[in-house]
Amino acid sequence: MPEIDIKGLSDKAPAFLERFSGEVLSVSDFRGDLEICVKKDRLKEMVGFLKEDSSLSFDILMDLFGMDYSTFPIAQLERFAVVYNFYSVSRKKRLRLKVFVPEQAAELDSIHEIYKAANWYERETWDMFGIRFLGHPNLVRILCHGEFQGHPLRKDYPSDQYQKLKHAAHSNEI
Amino acid sequence: MESAVEQLNHKPERANKASQKNLMRLNLGPSHPATHGTLRIFVELDGEFIRQMKQEIGYLHRCFEKMSETHTWNQVVPYTDRLNYCSALMNNVGYVMAVEKLLGITVPKRCQRIRVILCELSRIADHLVAIGANAVDVGALTCFWYFFRERENLYDLFEAACGARLTTSYTRVGGLMRDLPDGWTDWCRKIIGNIPRSIDDVEGLLTSNRIWIDRTRDVAPITREVALQYGFTGPCLRACGVPYDIRKAHPYYDYDQFDWNIVTSTAGDTYARYLVRMGEMRESLRIVQQALDDLPDGPVNVDDWSVVLPPKEAVYTTIEGLIAHFKLLTEGLRPPVGEVYSYTEAANGELGFFISSHGVGRPYRVRVRPPCFAIYQAFPEMCLGQTVSDAIAGLGSLNIIAGELDR
Repeated sequence: MPEIDIKGLSDKAPAFLERFSGEVLSVSDFRGDLEICVKKDRLKEMVGFLKEDSSLSFDILMDLFGMDYSTFPIAQLERFAVVYNFYSVSRKKRLRLKVFVPEQAAELDSIHEIYKAANWYERETWDMFGIRFLGHPNLVRILCHGEFQGHPLRKDYPSDQYQKLKHAAHSNEI
Repeated sequence: MESAVEQLNHKPERANKASQKNLMRLNLGPSHPATHGTLRIFVELDGEFIRQMKQEIGYLHRCFEKMSETHTWNQVVPYTDRLNYCSALMNNVGYVMAVEKLLGITVPKRCQRIRVILCELSRIADHLVAIGANAVDVGALTCFWYFFRERENLYDLFEAACGARLTTSYTRVGGLMRDLPDGWTDWCRKIIGNIPRSIDDVEGLLTSNRIWIDRTRDVAPITREVALQYGFTGPCLRACGVPYDIRKAHPYYDYDQFDWNIVTSTAGDTYARYLVRMGEMRESLRIVQQALDDLPDGPVNVDDWSVVLPPKEAVYTTIEGLIAHFKLLTEGLRPPVGEVYSYTEAANGELGFFISSHGVGRPYRVRVRPPCFAIYQAFPEMCLGQTVSDAIAGLGSLNIIAGELDR
């Protein structure tokens, strides 16, 4: 496990770092953005804590998206990562949580029960990167059409590749 | 026996009382005049009341994020025009701000002020469209014409500044495409001088209009808690009573030095969103006025030839200028390796850009956080138990722009 450098950073989210010290892989604040890398196992518990703890109260999930580090020049822990952007309206603070996801088991717990906003973001991450979210109620493609093969934002998907749509499938199920 | 007035005063619980049988399915869109873009909405109706709703999006997906990875840092700017095409300048500014944060540079004061002026004018233009089109949806065409006259004038200003009315691409990393033309500020003062009259006209037509109030009050409401759950930002969140505005909460470009107020309302319904947008246009005018009064002289680009192109004179007469020009055009600018998230207050809420750089002339990844995506997700919850015509009025008030929804 890499050395955690929380010097000068611990005051920004002390309760979180204290409670989940075994889960935290690294903390950084490049250009003032607080980013915490964590292990994926207790993700739901951590996200719930970020929202409920009164000293943190991150009430908005601003964004959730995937990353593919397969061609990144600096080696990362795993090929994929899912990034969560939280914001606290009352404290005016931001926090970025990064969870690395291995290529062989690209799956992660869904947090849609904690933040309703996560529903579509997780669908989009599945659509674009093929990362599964366990416990998601409706994990289907959202931006690409249903027949689409592959996951377009993966680095091994060529940016100039076209796919023919055979028939415009549409769902009449609600 | 209910009176006709009571029947018109449709309450959500009425739908629940109605029978479970005879539900009708109705498809709206993807191309429908009332959806303002390619949105498909599928509803299950009990009489006139919506029992279930499902939206389908993605019809306007253009792979913005994938395409950004294949272009240089500055070539991404034209792609950002197409996100929220009603206020393209704000997307331009939001994107280059993110790259500038990554580079760790601050643009000159004059550039900041010009960006503020153009962003606020864009915000006004965007709100004019949102309210004008919303009113058309419920049958009030006149307001649309009053507002579109002002919008045309604003677009004339954009055209004078950068040569395009809609897809502006005005910003560059480290500055602007070019400075404002001579006489632009005087022209701008003249044009914004006319806007309050149009706002007054429309306010006179709508704000206390019985029909408008009946069609918008308690229509597509959302509470503060649910709005936060769904990640609402911008006018839709402020209409629920949350005074969150990035320009005040995390001021950039000296927004804290201007004298202006956050506009909020409490009801969270279509009428509240209308009131917030109307108020915001007046506040934006105040900001523009102050920024015009305090527009400093000086350069609009940073003095760093590794970021912006050197002046042509230097390219032709000095070897340093020629090298810088050549390197910038062949390799592009090269930010350090790193990841930043930068956010600005766009017309619909928080427009965020997460940028990952691997130290070469192209982005490793550009992720845009469009405000509409979060807002549109909550739409079924806002419309259950209401009528189809209410849903149309509510959809207009959310100002969903398919360009930034689908990217």
